[in-house]
Amino acid sequence: MTKKLLTNARLIDPENGTDSLGAILIADGMIEAVYDVAVPDVSGPEVVDCRGKCLAPGIVDIGVKVSEPGERHKESFKSAGLAAATGGVTTIVTRPDTLPAIDTPEVLEFVRRRANEATDVRIIPMAALTKGRDGGEMTEIGFLQDAGAIAFTDCDRVVENTKVFSRALTYARSLDALVIGHVQEPILSKDAAVTSGKFASLRGLPSVSSMAERIGLDRDIALVEMTGAKYHVDQITTARALPALKRAKANGLDITAGISIHHLTLNELDVADYRTFFKVKPPLRSEDDRIAMVEAIADGTLDIISSMHTPQDEESKRLPFEQAASGAVALETLLPAALRLVHSEQVDLPTLFRALSLNPSKRLGLDTGRLTADAPADLILFDDGAPFVMDRTTLKSKSKNTPFDGQRMQGKVLGTWVAGTRIYER
Amino acid sequence: MTIRGRHLLGIEHLGPDEINSILDLADDYARLNRSRSKRSTALASLTQINMFFENSTRTQASFEIAGKRLGADVMNMSMQASSIKKGETLVDTALTLNAMHPDLLIVRHPHSGAVDLLAQKVNCAVLNAGDGKHEHPTQALLDALTIRRAKGRLHRLNIAICGDISHSRVARSNIMLLGKMENRIRLIGPPTLMPSQISEFGVEVYDDMNEGLKDVDVVMMLRLQKERMDGGFIPSEREFYHRYGLDAEKLALAKDDAIVMHPGPMNRGVEIDGTLADDINRSVIQEQVEMGVAVRMAAMDLLARNLKNSRAETGVMV
Repeated sequence: MTKKLLTNARLIDPENGTDSLGAILIADGMIEAVYDVAVPDVSGPEVVDCRGKCLAPGIVDIGVKVSEPGERHKESFKSAGLAAATGGVTTIVTRPDTLPAIDTPEVLEFVRRRANEATDVRIIPMAALTKGRDGGEMTEIGFLQDAGAIAFTDCDRVVENTKVFSRALTYARSLDALVIGHVQEPILSKDAAVTSGKFASLRGLPSVSSMAERIGLDRDIALVEMTGAKYHVDQITTARALPALKRAKANGLDITAGISIHHLTLNELDVADYRTFFKVKPPLRSEDDRIAMVEAIADGTLDIISSMHTPQDEESKRLPFEQAASGAVALETLLPAALRLVHSEQVDLPTLFRALSLNPSKRLGLDTGRLTADAPADLILFDDGAPFVMDRTTLKSKSKNTPFDGQRMQGKVLGTWVAGTRIYER
Repeated sequence: MTIRGRHLLGIEHLGPDEINSILDLADDYARLNRSRSKRSTALASLTQINMFFENSTRTQASFEIAGKRLGADVMNMSMQASSIKKGETLVDTALTLNAMHPDLLIVRHPHSGAVDLLAQKVNCAVLNAGDGKHEHPTQALLDALTIRRAKGRLHRLNIAICGDISHSRVARSNIMLLGKMENRIRLIGPPTLMPSQISEFGVEVYDDMNEGLKDVDVVMMLRLQKERMDGGFIPSEREFYHRYGLDAEKLALAKDDAIVMHPGPMNRGVEIDGTLADDINRSVIQEQVEMGVAVRMAAMDLLARNLKNSRAETGVMV
């Protein structure tokens, strides 16, 4: 394999928190060297002039729903891979909330085979924590881990039975397996479509107090303390949950937390006249909550930003708001939406990529997400300022349910490399 | 005398001038309805379809009579019994009906926002006859007309809305309408039946009925929506009646000439004392029903005028 030199790039290094001009030398799928402005002899390797655009470690996206098996018409590994490459996502960590759920080594094997055939993007599967995601019995965590499951989660279902959950956490701990949970008080949040408040009252929609998230988090923190498990919260979206999270981290618990891009860039009022593309789980929050979440990303209280990519077809969205399916596609809009936080000067680029690439890699024990020698050459080149109007029909995803349709955005991916191979070029 | 929109989906979208337009025309129709002929040709040659996805006798009958008195061809579809049971989606049902070229669709649906969704997909005028816990505009308009006729004005009144506010689309539409017309609104009910942050709508909230009813001009009772209750909002019906049911003793705290209203159907002995409901000196409940027909005639008439105007402008059947 020939060496490649990406020169004249604005290197976004989340590990060192730097944003400076330089070059990267790729060899054998790995980053061989990182240079500052003074690039050595460029003869020999193939040279790519980055024209001063941003070069960052590729996004590692935890919690992507690829609808295989079961609903391939919504999203296949191939379409998800194309969407990811276009959006600058180099590693997709898939959710097990498929039909059937990925809860046995056999189903996991199928998923891995399909994924390897269909796309050049790295695909790493997660498996269900309980059989059928029903919250009744734990899955074969050991076998699933051997088969390649990187983490265990029942996705947006809360394991309501605390005894079952505590045993699963205890068992997972013995295998050093990461458990990912959804924090919600399940009874309070049942059937809720929006967050309680003035907007919910005006629209007359079933709602849940933002406090339900904190109640769920408090329970799970206690269980992590009790079991010593390695735990990640998929989404923290409300200001009232943050103090508990901070305390748990300060107390030395092995706990991290993420947030979806939608909760960082949209609020409950975006639902407006019952626009179902804005129905997500948990529901969009108040503007005060959103601002608090952006600050939590900036100060590191929240570790990870993910797309929570959830493909839904037109039929499942074109329904009265209460009946419509939750979720939004976001593999291709994750980066331009996240760049809104940079353009509004709330977060700088290295901090953003700490949450998009470095932290998810570290949490999953991957060596990606870094811009240093000996890291895999999973890279994205993007123009952080390039403007465009989002047109959902142009999405590579099979499902087009993005809430950003028609919106002005900034930030285009120009190139995506996985293990040193360019898999996308604009 | 006009309203601006093509549809009547909620009070939220109406301005005070439009509300007055509907009420003024409804006054005329109220007179017509008391005359011998009761006939008009405002909707002649137009087709009105009543689509009720939720049980209703009174509202559906009111819309049917209103349409027939205006000369429309009225068809009732009981949607619970039909295609929905066969798995057809709301949008497909709408498109199917749309192909039959109706002029007015009167829609009631158990889910908030469903009528808005349907209105986006059809070419005719859509009138919301109640969607979930969202809006019930003609109920608020008929309440407003009843108040205006009884009190001689529709502004600067103290109006109490009592009972199950949180499950009530009637309450939401009334809060909006009466607020737009510059009245003081008090909401009275147990906190478990109040929508969250409702005080931000410019209303005063009371959980003590004796305090809330002091010196009000209008007492509007709401039905305790038993069918909507998961259970556990209130301890029992009898405790609810004791604390929030309207009886002569509590009504005595209101102004001497305060009127009593109820959108029906009533639960006698749960939210209102039966004798009080029948007291012709205080209760305007029967008048509300009468004004219901008049207001619906006015609303449909005004929507039909807009429809005819837009067709005349574009020169095509839309």
